[in-house]
Amino acid sequence: MSLLSLRGVTCRFGGITALNRLTLDLPAGAITGVIGPNGAGKTTLFNCITGAYRPTEGEIALRGESLVGLPPHRIARRGIARTFQNIRLFHSMTVWEHLMVAQQGGGLRASLAPLGLSGPLPRRRAMAALERFGLEPYRDRLAATLPYGVMRRVELARALTAEPALLLLDEPVAGMNSQEAADLAALLHGLSGSGLTILLIEHDMSFVEQLCAQVHVLDFGTLIASGTPAEVRRIPAVIDAYLGVEA
Amino acid sequence: MISSYASGLLADTGIAFIAALSVHLVLAVGQLSLGNAAFMACGAYVASVLTVEHGVPVHAAIAAGAVVSGLLGVLVGFPALRLRGIYLAMATLGFGEMTRSFFLTLDATGGAAGYSGMQRLSLGAIWAWALPLLVLVLLAERSRLWLAMNAVRDDETAARLVGLDAVALKLGAFGVAAALAGVAGGLFAHWHIFIEPSAFALERSTEMVLAVVLGGSTVALGPLFGAAALVLAPEALRFIADWRLAAFGGLLIAILLVRPQGIIDRRLIQALKP
Amino acid sequence: MLLQQLVNGLTLGAVYTLVALGFSLVMGVLGVLNLAVAELFMLGGYVGLSLILADYPVAVAIAGAALVTAVLGVVVEKVAYQPLRNAPPIAPLLSTLGFSVIFQTAATNIWGSDPLLMPPDLLDARYRVGSVSVGQAQLLVMATAVVLVAALALLMRHTRFGYGLRAIAENRDVARLLGVPAPLVTSGAFALSGALAGVAGVQIGLHYSAITPYVGVEVGLKAIAVMVVGGTTNIWGVLLAGPLLGVLEVMTVALGGAAFRDMTVYGLMILTLLVRPQGLLGRAGGAQRV
Repeated sequence: MSLLSLRGVTCRFGGITALNRLTLDLPAGAITGVIGPNGAGKTTLFNCITGAYRPTEGEIALRGESLVGLPPHRIARRGIARTFQNIRLFHSMTVWEHLMVAQQGGGLRASLAPLGLSGPLPRRRAMAALERFGLEPYRDRLAATLPYGVMRRVELARALTAEPALLLLDEPVAGMNSQEAADLAALLHGLSGSGLTILLIEHDMSFVEQLCAQVHVLDFGTLIASGTPAEVRRIPAVIDAYLGVEA
Repeated sequence: MISSYASGLLADTGIAFIAALSVHLVLAVGQLSLGNAAFMACGAYVASVLTVEHGVPVHAAIAAGAVVSGLLGVLVGFPALRLRGIYLAMATLGFGEMTRSFFLTLDATGGAAGYSGMQRLSLGAIWAWALPLLVLVLLAERSRLWLAMNAVRDDETAARLVGLDAVALKLGAFGVAAALAGVAGGLFAHWHIFIEPSAFALERSTEMVLAVVLGGSTVALGPLFGAAALVLAPEALRFIADWRLAAFGGLLIAILLVRPQGIIDRRLIQALKP
Repeated sequence: MLLQQLVNGLTLGAVYTLVALGFSLVMGVLGVLNLAVAELFMLGGYVGLSLILADYPVAVAIAGAALVTAVLGVVVEKVAYQPLRNAPPIAPLLSTLGFSVIFQTAATNIWGSDPLLMPPDLLDARYRVGSVSVGQAQLLVMATAVVLVAALALLMRHTRFGYGLRAIAENRDVARLLGVPAPLVTSGAFALSGALAGVAGVQIGLHYSAITPYVGVEVGLKAIAVMVVGGTTNIWGVLLAGPLLGVLEVMTVALGGAAFRDMTVYGLMILTLLVRPQGLLGRAGGAQRV
């Protein structure tokens, strides 16, 4: 069953076609990869899904309900969270506050309740996130002053406290060492096991092969191949467009 | 018994503090307004007309002035919040000057000659507004709503993508800020028992911003400190009497250079705790 | 009658144009709103008028005012802009506001809050052309504005300084790589901006035959509206917007009363910000251009 479906999604800026009639389905509970050279339209794809850009044509639907034209915060509340290629944290906030701010629900009354008194649920969720991502030692530190790898974890934790159904990761292992990448892979594997659907953009092919059941290859905004990582590796067009250049 | 001189200073501090809180709220979502004196004017005139012409009880009239200012704030906020940074600052500056001109042309409230006939409030009445508002804002600052506002200030794009309605937050902050400025205006009118359009010129808006930037824009105690400094320090600085405003200008620059978050911030409060 | 108002409006427009150029030079190149420009305008008026009252020729007064405000412009740059170059644009806006307060207080203390009056017999000749009467002072105001704008255009198009400014407006880092001495050119922009405002201050003094410490807030700040209407991304937009707003303001006063003039000017600014943020001559979505 597909959680997110894209049908003929096209995104143009002036004369440039960043995405060209893209059609794909994300199976629920799976980790899917998107690869392609720089400028292939990967981040544009994320921006269309999350509502930062409105596709020129085509349909994007989550569980059969259209997302096109909704403002980003509504799309986020329907259950789509993302991280950014260049980490984007709130520079005045502590790690704990990052985990509290992204939680929805409860309406105005709940969100007005002073932090210390707010219902047990948001605090419990934030606590669980601290633990899961090994962030307890940094709880009251300003997030933007932490080491790079920790900042990535904070960003990921923030995305997950909103309890999304779909998580979009934009180059999550960029700048990580191999140990950190392995830890992240284990973590994502666990999340996927508990039902989270993940779509990730990544250049690191070994990371993609390790995690993704299916990979889509973009080149100049067009989907040129789909399949398992092993299948995709053998397709000549992919080797030309991407692997040949990168490897 | 407090001397009338001291009570005058304390009353001005309370009024300046409430006015500064309005700038504080707008800054919390990352916007700078150079026109909040306009909302103060609106609150002052509405409350005064209600008490003088219609015999409305003074506190009800001040509340009504605040509501009218708040609505005006939302009305102005809708288009204005498409702008940000210096563009919003320029638009609000223009709005402030336009509002002043509006009251200059309004004969019903005396135009340039000003408006009077209000009954004087007590010092206690002013702080009866200021203290609960301080407590309210301090409580609000501990809420997730405030975090959400700061998220919008820090990175609006990222805030929207974690599900925060940036437009509603900015509009709400702008509206509540306008209402607070309206309260300050109503109190001002019923303390000084005389108002004129030039009392709500750009200088007044500047003063509000100055109080927040000096005192600190991260917690409500900052604006309180800033407002007190702005009202009381000139008295302490009588030896430089005529130059005291210039001293504040210099202080503003110095603060921006060495302590951009203002004098009072969260870390200072943490450090002062036993 | 209408023609007479047109002449008066164009005189005011000439003043607006120069002050607005002072704002937009810094805004267009560095993306910073230097609020102190309005008070440099006021100070220029005081320096110029003081020199005139000390019996110096008007030309010397204008040059002296320009020199003083240019130097002060650089002081503002060094203290209020340079250290905050990488801070959010609100920070330099506030620090230049600090300078505005200082300059205004200084003027009030040095010259008093009563208007400083020009000698009544200075430039008081009037020329009649048909039904229109043009004062000698008005002619001088308009002529100075035209000469200065032409000189500025030449400076921007044909000198290394102008080339440097345009390069920085495009991209500061690239400009540095191309060998543009960015710090020097930046200071130059602030100096030039201050000088233009200062000359405009002398002009307003000649036009109104007086100067007050409040002329910066009352007249100088309206140049921000002129800059916005002209387009913050194109400094030449003010050549159109300056005369336009000057005439519009004078017409509003003549037809509707003095109280409406600020509403017209600022109303047009707000309308521009909302409907056509790039201004009359700016390009939509374009980078800042000089």
